[in-house]
Amino acid sequence: MSEILLQIDGREVKAEEGMTILEAAQSAGIYIPTLCHHEKLEPYGVCRICTVEVEIRGRTNLVAACVYTVEENLVVRTRSEKVDKIRKMLLELMLAHAPDSEQLQDLAGEYGADKDHFEKEPSFCILCGLCVRYCAEVKKKNAIGFVDRGARREISFIPEIASKECNSCKECFSLCPTSYLQAAFVLTESLAFSRDSSPTALKK
Amino acid sequence: MPRINSPAELEELRKGILSKRDPNKPCITLCSGSACHASGSEEVAASIEEEIKKQGLSAEVDFRKTGCHGFCERGPIIVIHPEGICYLQIEPKDVPEIISQTIKEKKVVERLLYTDPSTNEKIVHESEIPFYKNQERLVFGSNGNIDPKSIDDYLALGGYSALVKVLSQMTSEQVLEEVKKSNLRGRGGGGFPAGRKWEECRHAPGEIKYVIVNADEGDPGAYMDRSLLEGNPHSVLEGLTIGAYAIGSHEGYIYVRQEYPLAVENVGIAIKQAEEYGFLGENILGSGFDFTVKVHRGAGAFVSGESSALMTALEGRVGEPRPKYIHTAIKGVWDRPSNLNNVETWATVPLIINKGADWFAQFGTEGSKGTKIFSLVGKVNNTGLVEVPMGITLRDIIYKIGGGIRGGKKFKAVQTGGPSGGCIPEEQLDMKVDFDELSKAGSMMGSGGMIVMDEDTCMVDIARYFLDFLSDESCGKCVPCREGIRQMLKILANISEGKGKEGDIERLEELSEVTGDASLCALGRTAPNPVLSTIRYFRDEYEAHIKEKRCPAYFCKELISYYIDPKKCQACMICLRQCPAEAIVGSKDQIHVIDQEKCTKCGTCFEVCPPRFGAVRRLSGEPVPSPVPEEARIIVRESKAK
Amino acid sequence: MDNDKIDQIINKYQGDASALIQVLLGIQSENHWLSKEVLNKVSKELKVPLSRIQHVATFYKAFSLVPKGRHEIHICMGTACHIRGAPRVLDTIQDLIGIRPGETDLDLKFSLETVNCLGCCALGPVMEVDGKYHGKMAPAKVGEVLKNYD
Repeated sequence: MSEILLQIDGREVKAEEGMTILEAAQSAGIYIPTLCHHEKLEPYGVCRICTVEVEIRGRTNLVAACVYTVEENLVVRTRSEKVDKIRKMLLELMLAHAPDSEQLQDLAGEYGADKDHFEKEPSFCILCGLCVRYCAEVKKKNAIGFVDRGARREISFIPEIASKECNSCKECFSLCPTSYLQAAFVLTESLAFSRDSSPTALKK
Repeated sequence: MPRINSPAELEELRKGILSKRDPNKPCITLCSGSACHASGSEEVAASIEEEIKKQGLSAEVDFRKTGCHGFCERGPIIVIHPEGICYLQIEPKDVPEIISQTIKEKKVVERLLYTDPSTNEKIVHESEIPFYKNQERLVFGSNGNIDPKSIDDYLALGGYSALVKVLSQMTSEQVLEEVKKSNLRGRGGGGFPAGRKWEECRHAPGEIKYVIVNADEGDPGAYMDRSLLEGNPHSVLEGLTIGAYAIGSHEGYIYVRQEYPLAVENVGIAIKQAEEYGFLGENILGSGFDFTVKVHRGAGAFVSGESSALMTALEGRVGEPRPKYIHTAIKGVWDRPSNLNNVETWATVPLIINKGADWFAQFGTEGSKGTKIFSLVGKVNNTGLVEVPMGITLRDIIYKIGGGIRGGKKFKAVQTGGPSGGCIPEEQLDMKVDFDELSKAGSMMGSGGMIVMDEDTCMVDIARYFLDFLSDESCGKCVPCREGIRQMLKILANISEGKGKEGDIERLEELSEVTGDASLCALGRTAPNPVLSTIRYFRDEYEAHIKEKRCPAYFCKELISYYIDPKKCQACMICLRQCPAEAIVGSKDQIHVIDQEKCTKCGTCFEVCPPRFGAVRRLSGEPVPSPVPEEARIIVRESKAK
Repeated sequence: MDNDKIDQIINKYQGDASALIQVLLGIQSENHWLSKEVLNKVSKELKVPLSRIQHVATFYKAFSLVPKGRHEIHICMGTACHIRGAPRVLDTIQDLIGIRPGETDLDLKFSLETVNCLGCCALGPVMEVDGKYHGKMAPAKVGEVLKNYD
């Protein structure tokens, strides 16, 4: 693996070919916020909180650090007016769903994000996908997945699999930034785990 | 069908086909594209077949059901060869006269001809009709002469000669150089130079490479690819095979959206026929080059037309876009080098090979060579598919070819680029249409949809319409797109419903910035375009909605009311009878009054009130006058009998 | 649900997992909907996790997880139809049948769906019922067209 020299926030950073900006930054002790990232999982690049400014071959771009592979002479800025503006609004968009999330609140403080900027939405999930991906890639059980698309996108447990696997696992629970996952599990358990869905069975 | 094993054998076959076709023999071509189909072309076809038999002319005249001719407003269309006589809006009852008068007697049926609206003169020949005359139909023109289910028709026109040239006279590098030289830019929306993409894919490491036809055509209002694929599928197959040769790929995919069953059918037939002749498969034309093609159907998702999403769908997974920092030309389907191009791009390739890059470059502008097929639709007179050289002005397209605005209304804007594009106002009508000029104006070429709008179109509603579309079609993976569009849509819905607030425009602009900058794929990154371009050119409409709760175009339901002027109403009962909500009270002696509670604002009464009365008014931004008391509604007419 | 028919469709694609969408399209076309049993069967035969099948079946508009009505109404919401008045036509249809796009009425008579561009822009607004196109639609014409279907 050849070595790549790049610049992050004015510092020279040595990285390996194939590394992402996030990996390179972490190896140099430079912090970039993330939400949907997990070292055991393939980078997903959907929360966009890790957006950074990059300059290469005379052009400036905004990219997601967790999925952008490093290049020789890349100049990276992890904070800037643009980057901060983006992170602030992304947080406000997510806080509309999960205003009580500790992770979101911590980041909100740093960027001056106002949890009341947008009208509250009743769904608490920010669709980071950590639960779905962990179950698929690490546990390989696929007990939970996504359904639908766009604003209707949701996580959904597969009752037949979840009823067998989840109670003895629950490793994804600690990953959820909003605790919606636990609520979804309890709901699925009470509504769909029992094979007999008559009212008496549900009462048990 | 014999297997053709060499260029020489193909020439023999072609000569054989041509020898059996007399160019002077009368031939009736009937447009059987999807739009004409919807207008009843199948019934006309049946009628033609029957009438030819009935009049004993089966040996004297050929009949060919072809692909889309492009003049969709006037379908079903018949063109009679060799004269090129064009008859429009044909119904089965017109057929006997056409056969006996034009085929037998060589006389023209005047009433079926195109009438020039300004001179009132009748035009006999297809090529003289202004709609066609002002076009440059390099790629689309063959549609009118080919039965898409017949590969021999394509061969008769010289089809597959480009493939012969490529496989027998050119190296793959030479083919690549020719396409690069032509400066062909992708016709699907991105406008990326095709030659450069091919080159990147060719040089990417890996033995197995894929070439892909993107026939997912999702922009609402655009149907050029459909008509090309339905009407001339072999032109696409030939281009694809040539591209595969240049890149070094042996496996091709055609991804067709599920909503195009006729295109799926015709491309499937074309592939089978090409395989039978040996133009697809192993050792094509004895060159040693192998290439196979598979058809893959979409399942109803606009976002799956994005190139990385399409490739994910080909793998059998949900067609969601992936971050595209590493080009799909290097890592695409199954992480292998994959070259994806649009239908029209592939269909242009045989032309470039046959006539040369220099010939191609004489059409178009400096930065955008060649021609482009547009679907000219909306409030224009001559709706249809038009192919024009890049650099033609918008004014020429809309007025010279399109025949101007329907119903004599006033032009307001033309929308290009679909949900990723923008609206262009009257001041810019003299813009020379090409990739870069459209981008400068805040829009983009896109796949070629060109929607013409008039004074009755509300631009706030247009922005809302596109965001509504995108919110339904977004895959929902990334926060800026999913949530950004959701919030922008809320604001736009409020504005059009009369709940707009001071600062809404600025909030829209803020959200547009983040959605455009941070989204994972092009859908999200370009989602703000319709909003930003309508704010740029029609800010006054936004402000009317927000500040005055008024819709200048009288479109937004919550901001308009319909009112029957009691002084003008003649109690003719027409609107009363046609009101779908039964919201009008009155009788033949009582002037009509609209019950505002029941009214659904459908506008039927406004449309049907006889122009000589003109009693129905649209109100916006002002209160509706209270209804006249019942006693005052009686109409006293002069008695007819004296 | 005819198991043999389903097997036929799966075998047509040689049990290739990458043909998942094509398999589901085939079954949807046969049965007019995808039941839970069918999804389970496809998951087993193609060796694809049920979570992925569920996502595919809900992500794409072509698939329905509930039975559809006898007559499928598709109303075009393409841009050209939109500016020629399609929203008003849709409103009228909704009022007449009592369902919204994506729904089926209680008698399983009509299913309503919006589509983005049928490619018949010259005839806009366009309403397609059971494959038959009705062009130049207007709110006043809806009742006339729909009363022909039982």
